[in-house]
Amino acid sequence: MSPSTTLGTSIPLPVFVAVPLVTAFLLPIFGRKGKSGATVLANLATVSLLVLAVASIGQSDVYEIGKWSIPLGINLVLDGLSSLLLLAISVVSAAAMLFSVRYMEQYTAKAKYLSLFMLMVTGMNGVVLSGDIFNLFVFLEIASIASYALVGFGCEHEELEASFKYMVLGSIASIFVLFGVALIYGNTGSLNMAYISKTIQSSGLNAGLGFALALFIVGFGLKAALVPFHAWLPDAHPSAPAPISAMLSGVLIKTLGVYALSRVVFNVFGISISTGWLLIAMGLLSMVAGAFLAIGQWDLKRLMAYSSISQIGYVVLGIGLGGLIIARGGNLAWASLAILGGLFHLVNHAVYKSLLFLTSGSVEMSTNTREMRQMGGLAEKLPVTRATCTVASASIVGIPPFSGFWSKLILVVAAVQAHFYWVAAIIVFVSLCTLIMYLKVQRYVFLGELPENLQQSKEAKNSMLVAMIFLACLCVLMGLLVLVPSLRSHILDPAVKVLTDGLEYSTNIINMR
Amino acid sequence: MKGMTIIVKTISSWVKVLIFLFGIYIIIFGHLTPGGGFAGGVILASSYVLLMLAYGREFAEKNLSLPVASKLDCLGAFLFALIAILGLVLGGSFFVNFLYQKYLPGQALNLISAGTIPLSNIAIGLKVGASLFLVILSLSICCKDFRPDMSANKEE
Amino acid sequence: MPYALCLLLFVIGLYCAVVKKNMVKIVIGIMVMEYAVNLFLIMLGYRTGGIAPIIDRGHLELETGQIAATFLSSSVDPLPQALVLTAIVISLGSLALMISICIRTYGKYGTFDITEIRRLRG
Repeated sequence: MSPSTTLGTSIPLPVFVAVPLVTAFLLPIFGRKGKSGATVLANLATVSLLVLAVASIGQSDVYEIGKWSIPLGINLVLDGLSSLLLLAISVVSAAAMLFSVRYMEQYTAKAKYLSLFMLMVTGMNGVVLSGDIFNLFVFLEIASIASYALVGFGCEHEELEASFKYMVLGSIASIFVLFGVALIYGNTGSLNMAYISKTIQSSGLNAGLGFALALFIVGFGLKAALVPFHAWLPDAHPSAPAPISAMLSGVLIKTLGVYALSRVVFNVFGISISTGWLLIAMGLLSMVAGAFLAIGQWDLKRLMAYSSISQIGYVVLGIGLGGLIIARGGNLAWASLAILGGLFHLVNHAVYKSLLFLTSGSVEMSTNTREMRQMGGLAEKLPVTRATCTVASASIVGIPPFSGFWSKLILVVAAVQAHFYWVAAIIVFVSLCTLIMYLKVQRYVFLGELPENLQQSKEAKNSMLVAMIFLACLCVLMGLLVLVPSLRSHILDPAVKVLTDGLEYSTNIINMR
Repeated sequence: MKGMTIIVKTISSWVKVLIFLFGIYIIIFGHLTPGGGFAGGVILASSYVLLMLAYGREFAEKNLSLPVASKLDCLGAFLFALIAILGLVLGGSFFVNFLYQKYLPGQALNLISAGTIPLSNIAIGLKVGASLFLVILSLSICCKDFRPDMSANKEE
Repeated sequence: MPYALCLLLFVIGLYCAVVKKNMVKIVIGIMVMEYAVNLFLIMLGYRTGGIAPIIDRGHLELETGQIAATFLSSSVDPLPQALVLTAIVISLGSLALMISICIRTYGKYGTFDITEIRRLRG
């Protein structure tokens, strides 16, 4: 396949990693006095990344760094799944950066915040584009360390405690991943994902490789906050500043967790029946546990954090269901539908969960509290925030014209078609629980009576409103991604094809040079 | 943070220059002997840490202050990015060793050989040295904070 | 046999990171785990009776400038050494961040005990 874009030239892939990295090191030079210049530069960088990500939609490319050919050198790979995730990362980071122009005035050291944010974007872009398993680990660590620092950014009591908890669990997960990489190198002799896949196909899984697969599932599962390993998320996401919560919940747990897990399990090791059942079990547990724990919360952001755990369960359930059908040798169309539901839900959740966290940030900035019992009747004081929050809540619950409805419908149809009726019933039940929790948010925050001390609340400033309205429009329009056939075949189908092709990833990469 | 006795101060003022020179040697000969950018950078930072331990933190801060170290750090990262981008411009792909392939092949096992690798080592050494010194200096600033808290807690 | 000892060191580090109550001991436990994985990576590349993978004047054949066959057959694998160098740098950054959060937490709460640092519940 020869690479081509609408512009006629192909974008060199390291640009996605080099642009945020150079920006991150350019920003501390501005210092205290040039804060507005630093902010403008950072926003320019995220918007240009968005433009580049949109321009690279139809491409698939293998870029060899330093012109060293594949088993000797490091390569970067852009295929359907990578371009879908690049698009999600750049949309959410552009919106969060625009929101943080005004929101981060409350904190000191804004230039350091901006450069840490750009480092996190570098790490995520690198994870998505990497074709080499140790390179994946290095970029995973860059993004993780930047996020540990950003969670504790305000240096208050709660933020430091949450950051320490997140850091300890995240470091243990990264060490497990490194141990898995070491075991893979010892057993196959190569670090390139295409060559590892070829070796595993010809020699089969021995004890060392099986242990490495278990270590990867634990390590990446902890980064994705699947249920036995979710303990850091309800503390870390509320304590972070609102645009960072949006980035963490919107894209970080998906890139470092779900993308890395599906890449390693589907393309490198090959999906098997036990792995498929394990993914389905973890997905179901996450959905149910997240929904039940969220209903009883009174802290606004903590409720949204538990709801994130639940929605990631949907994604992993869809991917696991598709994988199980492939491993059993069943109908490929059913498996593609299940994986399509999972991946579309991933992109949808990135957009609406980040919008929910941005609206909660705007509410927090006006009222200085996150307790829902102390709020009420904010509908007349914060009209735009209320409208965007309602749009996002309707999407996450699954009300018809919004995007969440289509992804949940695809998941239910895929489960019923594959004769997993009980899974479909659990999906519908958890959607009802989601409805209850977001009705609670709307009732306590926006409807009801306005208490005395909140009479002075004002609407958010312009840049924050622009970011929220942009994401709300995307929520409405994203349904078109599945309904319009040409958009679906350009954006979503290549991503699904990468996962259903599974082990053919290795032959594709080796032939593509 | 106070310094140490006069014997320690005198000896360390001679030794720190030797340590700094040794660090520069490890960086520059990184393509021929073990070491390279990171190890040499750590040794450079440790010469400044010796200065800080022997003379006190304020003296080390006057010698190489926080904003200057921060800018040196960014300069090191830029040089590295510049070498990568020059590889794209002159060679056709990021990080191509353009000096070795076209302009200056040199002879194997001499000081001037292996293309852009010594230049990358120098950039990394500068960056690592500056940033480790910055880390240790920032961690030692926090010393001032806990004395008032602890004595306030004990008095209550 | 040496791999089993590495795994033992890893499990000791994991125990220390999970069971201990002092924040600094948890950080030390994570560092011990990190060292165990680095050691495992280096041991993977070892070849019995091997020499260091550094090319010297004695290893080059004088006429052609190619690397002598004795070097190739007796040197250890250099790739895990490069991986370990990267992993050491990453763990240095992670350690610096962990220690600074410990210091800041001590300044706010006055204690290193994690059972007393529990304002976030639910």
